[in-house]
Parts: sequence; structure tokens; C-alpha cells
Amino acid sequence: MVKFNRFTLGNGLRVIVHEDKTTPMAVLNVLYDVGARDENPEQTGFAHLFEHLMFGGSINIPNYDEPLQRVGGENNAFTSNDITNYYITLPSVNLETAFWLESDRMLSLAFSEKSLEVQRNVVMEEFKQRYLNQPYGDVMLKLRPLVYKNHPYRWATIGKELSHIEFAKIEDVKAFFKKHYNPQNAILVVGGDVDTEQVKELAEKWFGSIPAGEKYTRDLPQEPEQHDERRDTVTAKVPLNSLYIAFQMKNRLDESYYVTDLISDILSRGNSSRLHRNLLKEKQLFSEIHAYMTGSSDTGMFIVDGKPLPGVSIEQAEAAIWEELETIKNELIPVDELTKVRNKTESTMVFSEMSLLDKAMNLAYFELLGDAEWLNLETGRYIAITAQQIQQQAQTLFRKENSSTLVYLAE
Amino acid sequence: MLNRTIAPQFKAIDHINLITPGYAQLDNGCNMYWFNSGEQELVRIEWVFSNIRFNPAKPLLNVAVNTMLTEGTKTMSAAQIADAVDYYGAFFQIDYGYDQSQVSLYCLNKHLASTLPVIKDILTNSIFPEKELQTFIRNQQQKLQVSLQKNDFVARRIFNHAMFGDTMYGLSPDALDYAQLDRNDMLAHYKQMYQPNNCTLIVAGKVDDNTLKTVTHLFDKDWFNSDIPADTTQPETHTTGDLFNYIEKPDALQSAIRLGIPTINRSHPDFPALQIVNTILGGYFGSRLMNNIREDKGYTYGIGSATSSMKHTGSIFIATEVGADVTNATMTEIEKEINILKTELISDEELSLVKNYLLGSLLGSLENVFSHADKFKNVYFSGLDFEYYDRYTEVIRNITPQQVLTLANQYFDFDKFCKVIVGKMN
Repeated sequence: MVKFNRFTLGNGLRVIVHEDKTTPMAVLNVLYDVGARDENPEQTGFAHLFEHLMFGGSINIPNYDEPLQRVGGENNAFTSNDITNYYITLPSVNLETAFWLESDRMLSLAFSEKSLEVQRNVVMEEFKQRYLNQPYGDVMLKLRPLVYKNHPYRWATIGKELSHIEFAKIEDVKAFFKKHYNPQNAILVVGGDVDTEQVKELAEKWFGSIPAGEKYTRDLPQEPEQHDERRDTVTAKVPLNSLYIAFQMKNRLDESYYVTDLISDILSRGNSSRLHRNLLKEKQLFSEIHAYMTGSSDTGMFIVDGKPLPGVSIEQAEAAIWEELETIKNELIPVDELTKVRNKTESTMVFSEMSLLDKAMNLAYFELLGDAEWLNLETGRYIAITAQQIQQQAQTLFRKENSSTLVYLAE
Repeated sequence: MLNRTIAPQFKAIDHINLITPGYAQLDNGCNMYWFNSGEQELVRIEWVFSNIRFNPAKPLLNVAVNTMLTEGTKTMSAAQIADAVDYYGAFFQIDYGYDQSQVSLYCLNKHLASTLPVIKDILTNSIFPEKELQTFIRNQQQKLQVSLQKNDFVARRIFNHAMFGDTMYGLSPDALDYAQLDRNDMLAHYKQMYQPNNCTLIVAGKVDDNTLKTVTHLFDKDWFNSDIPADTTQPETHTTGDLFNYIEKPDALQSAIRLGIPTINRSHPDFPALQIVNTILGGYFGSRLMNNIREDKGYTYGIGSATSSMKHTGSIFIATEVGADVTNATMTEIEKEINILKTELISDEELSLVKNYLLGSLLGSLENVFSHADKFKNVYFSGLDFEYYDRYTEVIRNITPQQVLTLANQYFDFDKFCKVIVGKMN
């Protein structure tokens, strides 16, 4: 149970306070309701590049990191296809420094040309390090356009190609800031050794005078339901063949989300999971195999991937995966197995309450989805799932005409 | 009107509070420490074993024995073990390190009585079935092939060997080493290493009397020491003398760079001060290497330096991946930064920033009761106690620019650094 208080400033900034007196630290987390899905198709990777630029100095504070380090704080950020999230942890006695820094960059950036030039290079090196100079690093860059034909999820957060980052201009940076970075499009969570009254005062003092800005109304092309089996084969300098099968799944707010999540646990969580036990251990067809989902705000992906052992053909490997998917479609999951995945979910939820930062991020994310209180309803939603629901959802998901298969062959 | 150009007042951190562990020794010689705190009804239990003497002819024994502890006992198959742990929503983890290897259980208190007997069985009755061993060998060989395509992985292997030779710290296995794994060797290794008087049991979380009783009753009885005591001595490490290693990868978009030098470990009085010098150079986001090579030049997504403390040695090293076209330029800049560290006094402003940052992150590293146990492990296995952290904070508060300079000259002999580049030089 994660308790919190909630209020909204006059400019529309939503603020959540989670008091946790077991720590001498405080967390300040700001979620901006913007991700790679909000990008122009000709300027992909921009939301993430922009995240880097948020550390390049703001209107009144030339250097973001230094004053924070000086008070014993640390910070980082991440961008996904859906959101951009910034966080600071610092000794709670110095909480006001976090308010000072975070509010100034919401007010306005310095928009330094030097920072843009350097961060363009840094992000291009990140692109190389994580996606281009790694075996299988470009899989998501190839799988996404197979699964998505309309929705901006067809490109990855890092972007479609290096050139989109290379040619980013300062005018684009300014326009992006104006459109997405304002109090109405943000959620602030303050947690740890803090008091709600103190946070109210600080929020009013530092964020209260920031102009509300324009509300960004999202109107993205949605992905139509898939009705055709899709397939692509690529060859690359990798040592082993690899296989990826992606299925379209409904959006994060659809009630089938929780059932689908449990299906991924049944298939792939822990050494007792079906894919590990049957395909890796017993039939000895794969050296590794996983199932997971993206949990996206809009239409998501449920992915099964595996590396077949030498001597195992792609056809054999694919057939073996499908056999497992057919089993979960055709047979009700045994009571013990259902209890197992429920227990696992319950303990995961309890363990996640050990981390202040995780709690703060989760509160922000659920508030964005609709209501921070939903965080506390999660366990109950998983526990209520029945064997019948799992079977029905497996039947909905695991259809050839809902699948996109990427075969990644060793040269 | 709010003046946003002026930073709010702040306070430096003056102390941290660490939870003092409870201690008991079980009848079979196993040392047990516990840390009781926390709101949640959960517990983490670790069984930590000192690694036994390394045999360079069989470099994979420790890894294979540790990793395969889950793969079968006299009474349970690998599948039954997995079921038994997963059913109760528990997480079971096995980790091998340079000096210690361990088994950890994360579990809700209410399920402890059901999951602990499985761990007991693993620690007393493992048999490493031949079929599971063959699966392990095959799959690890496949994974190794993938890893060997990663420049940073290759750089780390070459670097470790150049630094520490044919020891536990220096030798990385190849495909053949996997093929040569032998079940009988593993059983002998298991018997010698996984015995109670070579084990430290660390319990953290909601540890009430009941929890303690459950643990001690189970691990006090029917867990006996073997006739052969655990030989935890290690051969001395020595550098190979290969100071420069370049592996050319003609298609590389980036080069992996790793360079460093063997040095003191945590038990040496200079270690806390050396950690500060390392932080200045490359140990945090605002470090000199990050400021110069990422934030000014944009050569890399990240560069850092670290101190590593092992039982019988230590190291300082720098690691990064940079654009292939700026490999040489990066090497020049790294050398330049080390020279500045050795020739120019650090400004009071920069030093005070680093001091505050280190004290803040020490405080922040104590996130929950597990972190207190982790802090304890850091010092305990170096033969130290919690006083180390008092000394560490003392050193941070009092270190002077002159001391930083002296230490840099004493420990950063760039000509003796071992340097590895995997990628392209231009």
C-alpha cells in the first residue's frame, strides 16, 4: 500500500506527495506526457534527444548537474515511446534545491547551440553503442515497422536513423519545448522524508508562477487490428540465428492487459515457466527463450524470442513455439500454475515497495494513466484473474493473422 | 519576486546511521548476521561462501558449481526445485564473484517455512546431473559466442588477463573450458566449498524471533562440515607485462577502450582517499572525464573510472566506448586528464563539490534494510567493520588539494597502465 496526498496548482501542474519517514532521502520525479510517439515521422528520436538537452542549462541556471551534486544529489532521466521521466534523489534537508532546478527548466531552457551540438554527438554515439555496434542490437528497429503500419510506435525511441538526430536544429528544440514542456503536461511526485504542507509551499513557490502553457492534445494515428500474417528475414554478422514472433495486444488501459501479463509469466517467468522448461530444458531446441510485452499506452506488442540451438532449423523452432502457444489456447491452466503466477505477482508488488524511487515513478505513471490510486489496486487485479480468462486471451492473442515474425539469420 | 538565479541554502551531510547487525554462530560453525528493519513482511537471506583455491587448468569450476546449484539434488530434479521456489512467489538467485559466491532467497515471511527446505537441500544434496551439465555447457557456449562479438566484453577479458594473469581475477573461460567441465571435479569442489564453516549467513528484512528460529533450526541441524577444510587461499596475482593490446575490428562503429593498473584494496589505509581521487577523475556524472570527453567533445555516450577492491588485490580502471574515428583523440584526452590530476592542485570549489556529492550518495545508498546488509558485506569480507565508514566520512571531510595531488602521483602511473583497445585506431 503506497499512501499519498494530491493537489493541483493553478497552472495545472498535478502534484503527488508520498511521505516515507524510513529514509533520510527525498525524491523529486517529474513525468512529462510526451514520448517518441509524439514525434514527427521525419524527425524521429527527437523526444529522447530533447531529454539530453534538458541537462544543458536552463534560463536562470547555467549548469544543471553541478549545483545538485554540490548538495549531495543525483539525477537521471529516461524516454520511452510514451513518456519522458526525470528524477532527482537527494538528502531531504536539501529538498529545495531540487525544486529550484526542476522548476527553472520547466520555465525555460537556455537553448544553447553548443549543448545541442554536443548532445547530438552523444546521442549518435548512444545509437551506435546500443543499437548498431551490438549483435542483434537493431532487432527492435526492424521488428517495429513490421508490427506497426500506422502508429508512431513503428519507430524506436532512439529514432529511425542517425540522420534524423544529426540534422536536429535549435528552432525544432524550441518548438518541442513550447509544445510539450509546461505544467499542464507534467506530473510532479515528491517522496521520502518530506511533509505534504512543506511540499505545498515549495511547489507553490517554485512552480506556481510558471505559465500554464498550451495543453497538448494527442491525436495519433491508431494502429488498425492486424488481419494478415507478417514475416521478414534479415541476415547480419551475428554468431547465432534468432527468432522473434510479435503479436499485437490491446492498450495499457484495456482490461486484457493484466491477463496478458500473466500469460507472459506463465510462458517465461523463472525456471519453472513453460518455454524454459519445455523448449530449453526438455526438448533442447533453444539456448535461450523469452516472452515479454511492451506494456505500451496504445496498441502494444507481446513478443516471444529465442535462439535455436545449432542443428535446429527455424521452421522447427517456430513450430515448437507455436505448439506451446496452442497448448495455452486449448487447455485450461492448472490450478497450481495459476496460484504460482499470482503468488509471484503478489511478492513482486511487495518487493517493489522497498524502493522509494520506484514508488515515486509508479505514482506518476498511474496518475498519468488516470489515477495514482490505481497503483494500489494492481495486486487485486492480478489476483482476480481466472483460468478461463487466460485461455480466452491466449486465443485472442496467439493467431497467425495477428503475428509478425522476424527471422534473424547468422551470415 | 522570486530570484531564480540564487541557489537555495543547503546543508552538508555530517553522518550516516548504520543498522548494527545481530550475530550468532551456529553449532556447525556457520556465522550468521541479521538486520531487522522494514515495513514490508519480507526477507532476503544470503548464504555467502568464500571461493576455494583457483585452479587455472579448470577455470570454470567455481562458476559451474555455483550456477548449477539449482539443477538437481538427491531428492529433487531441476524442475521440482524451480516449481518449489516459484510456487511461493519467492526469488532464488545464485551469484558468483571473484572472492565469494552465494545463494540468495527473496521471500515473503509467510512462505519462508516452505522455501527454506529447498535451499537446505541445494546446499547439502546437490548432484549436478550429467544431462543438466550438458545443457549448461551447450547453452553457455552459445552465449559466449554472442558475447565475443561485443567489443566491450572482449576488451574486459583481455584487460583482466593482462592485469591479473592466470588467476581467478584474470582468466576468462573459452568454449573449450566449458567442454572440459567434469562432473566429478564439480562434486569435489562443491563438497569442499559449500560447507557450514565456510558460510556466512546474512538475513535482512523483517527479522523477528520467529524468522530467526526458522532459519537457525534448519541450518543448525543436519548440515555438517566435510573432512576436507575449505582451502580459501589464492595464488598471487601478477601482471603479464602486456601493457598495450589492440584488437582490430575493421567494421567497428565504435572502439571499446579499457585501461588501468593494479592497486591497493579496501583494507589499505589509503583506500578511502583513493576513492575520492577516482571520483574526481571519472567516478560521477560531473567527473573530469565525463565533462571533457562526453559533455565537451561528444565522443561517447559515457566514460567512467572505478576502483575495484578484491580480497587479494585491487585496481583502478577507466572504461568507455567511443566513435571509431575518435579513438586516438580519446586516448590523448584520457592521458591529459590524468596528467592534470598529477600536476595541478584541485580548486577548493571542485573538491568541496565532490565531498558533498560523495557524502550525499553515501546517505542515498542506504535505501532500505538490504542496503545496510550490502554495506556490511563490503567491509566484512575485506576483514573490516562498520568503523570503516566513519573513517571514510572523516577522510572525505578532511582531504586537502595537496593530498589529492600526492595520491594521484602515487597511484596513477600512466606509463605503467595496461591499455586495451578493441575496435579501430585512426
